[in-house]
Amino acid sequence: MNRSLLRSLLPIISLAVVLGATFYVQPRTMSYFGLNLMLQYAVPIALATIAQMFIITVNDLDLSIGPFVGLVGCISATLLYSNPLLGTLALLLCIAAYAAVGALIHSRNLPSIVVTLGLSFVWLGIAVLILPSPGGKAPGWLKSIMALQTPFIPFPIIAAIVIGLVVQLALMHSSLGVIARGAGGNPRAMARAGWSMLKTKAAMYALAGFFGVLSGLSLLGLTTSADAHVADRYTLYSIAGVILGGGEFIGGRVSPMGAVIGALTLALAGSFLIFLRISPDWQIGAQGAILILVLALKAPLTTREASK
Amino acid sequence: MTSIWNRFRHESWIWSFLAAIGVWLATITYTGGQGAGEILTAALSFATFSIIVGLGQMMVITTGPGNVDLSIPATITLAGVVAMKVMDTDSARLLLGIGAALGVSFLVGAFNYGLIRLLRIPPIIATLSSSFLVLSTAISYGRGIRIKPPLPLDSFATMRFLGIPLAAVFVAVLSIVLAIVIKRTLYGRAVVAIGQNPRAAWLAGINVNRTRFITYALSALLAGVCGILLSGFSGGAALNMGEEFLLASIAVVVIGGTSVAGGRASVPGIWGAALFMYLLVTMLNTFGASAGVRLIMTGVIIITVIVIAGGEREQR
Repeated sequence: MNRSLLRSLLPIISLAVVLGATFYVQPRTMSYFGLNLMLQYAVPIALATIAQMFIITVNDLDLSIGPFVGLVGCISATLLYSNPLLGTLALLLCIAAYAAVGALIHSRNLPSIVVTLGLSFVWLGIAVLILPSPGGKAPGWLKSIMALQTPFIPFPIIAAIVIGLVVQLALMHSSLGVIARGAGGNPRAMARAGWSMLKTKAAMYALAGFFGVLSGLSLLGLTTSADAHVADRYTLYSIAGVILGGGEFIGGRVSPMGAVIGALTLALAGSFLIFLRISPDWQIGAQGAILILVLALKAPLTTREASK
Repeated sequence: MTSIWNRFRHESWIWSFLAAIGVWLATITYTGGQGAGEILTAALSFATFSIIVGLGQMMVITTGPGNVDLSIPATITLAGVVAMKVMDTDSARLLLGIGAALGVSFLVGAFNYGLIRLLRIPPIIATLSSSFLVLSTAISYGRGIRIKPPLPLDSFATMRFLGIPLAAVFVAVLSIVLAIVIKRTLYGRAVVAIGQNPRAAWLAGINVNRTRFITYALSALLAGVCGILLSGFSGGAALNMGEEFLLASIAVVVIGGTSVAGGRASVPGIWGAALFMYLLVTMLNTFGASAGVRLIMTGVIIITVIVIAGGEREQR
């Protein structure tokens, strides 16, 4: 079998292995209800992973996506709940802020890691100001969307496939997508060819902000009340998800469908470890081990390809 | 005066010191000059820990884009837990404890490099995954009651001489040694060369793999030193003691003027940045800012500093 094909299939294979292992350990999860329960939190993680993927496409890294998702939750549980118009405006402002940060990073040629590190403090600070202690209420429509009972196939799976397909079409088959990936591959060449790298970067950051907002909304729909710190781990999950899905940190090589699959794998790995009943001390360590194991599979394929 | 200014203006690290001095002046102006010295003493004590891990992170980041050590917090915790447990409040077992803590730290560094080299995992993800394993090890090994540090370690970490913490002097010596290593030794030059262009460095006959291995091991060892000192300073090890150093270690390196793209390190910048970060929090506390405002201001100022200091100049 072709190596590059095998490499692109790797995310699906790892997901299948983790899913199979979960079914084996706990056969009762092999049902509509079981899958729904296990995968519901995969939706906000998948959306945050897509947001991170847009940033990685242009060779940057977003260390603030977790706190941003938390902030969106806080805004939505307070402002959007009590005053839908003002709440929507605030969320749009968040997306505009993301675009502005992208433009700033490009125009001053700043290291994205540091800027987004600073931003993570800003998002967390605003969230704490809005909601000093956990609370607030999710808007009713949000809760009903996330509790949707679709026929035959559980809602989280349908949502993940739709998200993956839409972004796959937008990034891999549109002219903006080609320019954006080109900007990750060789920004200078793209700029020489007459494309505005400023606009491209601002657009990619805005898209990341948009998917960050979606992630925050879907998470709030599940938790029904907000907390500034609820999504702090999403920063690491989202980066790991993109890489598990076959993306690379530089060169504009990303895969939207892969990123969604990577996010699903991470969410499932969490449930799998709970079913395994390993000691709570080793829960987080086992998560690290799974991550290493999946990435280790990628190694022989990459090595052979590079030496060709 | 102008000639001095002209000499230093182009050093990337000068900005972090200017920022630190500015924040300190703003604080003592607000208090009317009260506690100016005490604030500096406290800043030196607390900055010491970010400086130690910052030095290790700086070496890793200098080896080139994508290189970063996210396992520092977990290593700090593991080293602290191991040191306290092996010492078991007994002064006679002090060296044994230090040796054991540094030993496991070295193993973490070697494991990190093994993942990066043998499994070709990107350093961010490799050190992140290994940090999960390291943290779990610390949690499971450190079960039970809090163990106090033996007296000599406690006094070494907290003793002050004329307002200058002893630990800060120790770290100053460490920094000078590392600065000389970077400028004058084969290893130091190799780190910088690899950061600028790994292929050219390899063609020039530099052992790239060995240099990277030493760098990851060094970062883990320094995290271990930080863990030991920090447990002495705060009266024992805690499972969350490393947490704040994930962001702090990266922030002090970059605010200090070390190039994120690799190939340019700045030891004095780490000092300026670490003092700045601590003095900033002190200033906001003095002004009576709420937790939310404090967080926002910290973020805004980090971004402002990096915008003023300017980004990477076009290299290639």
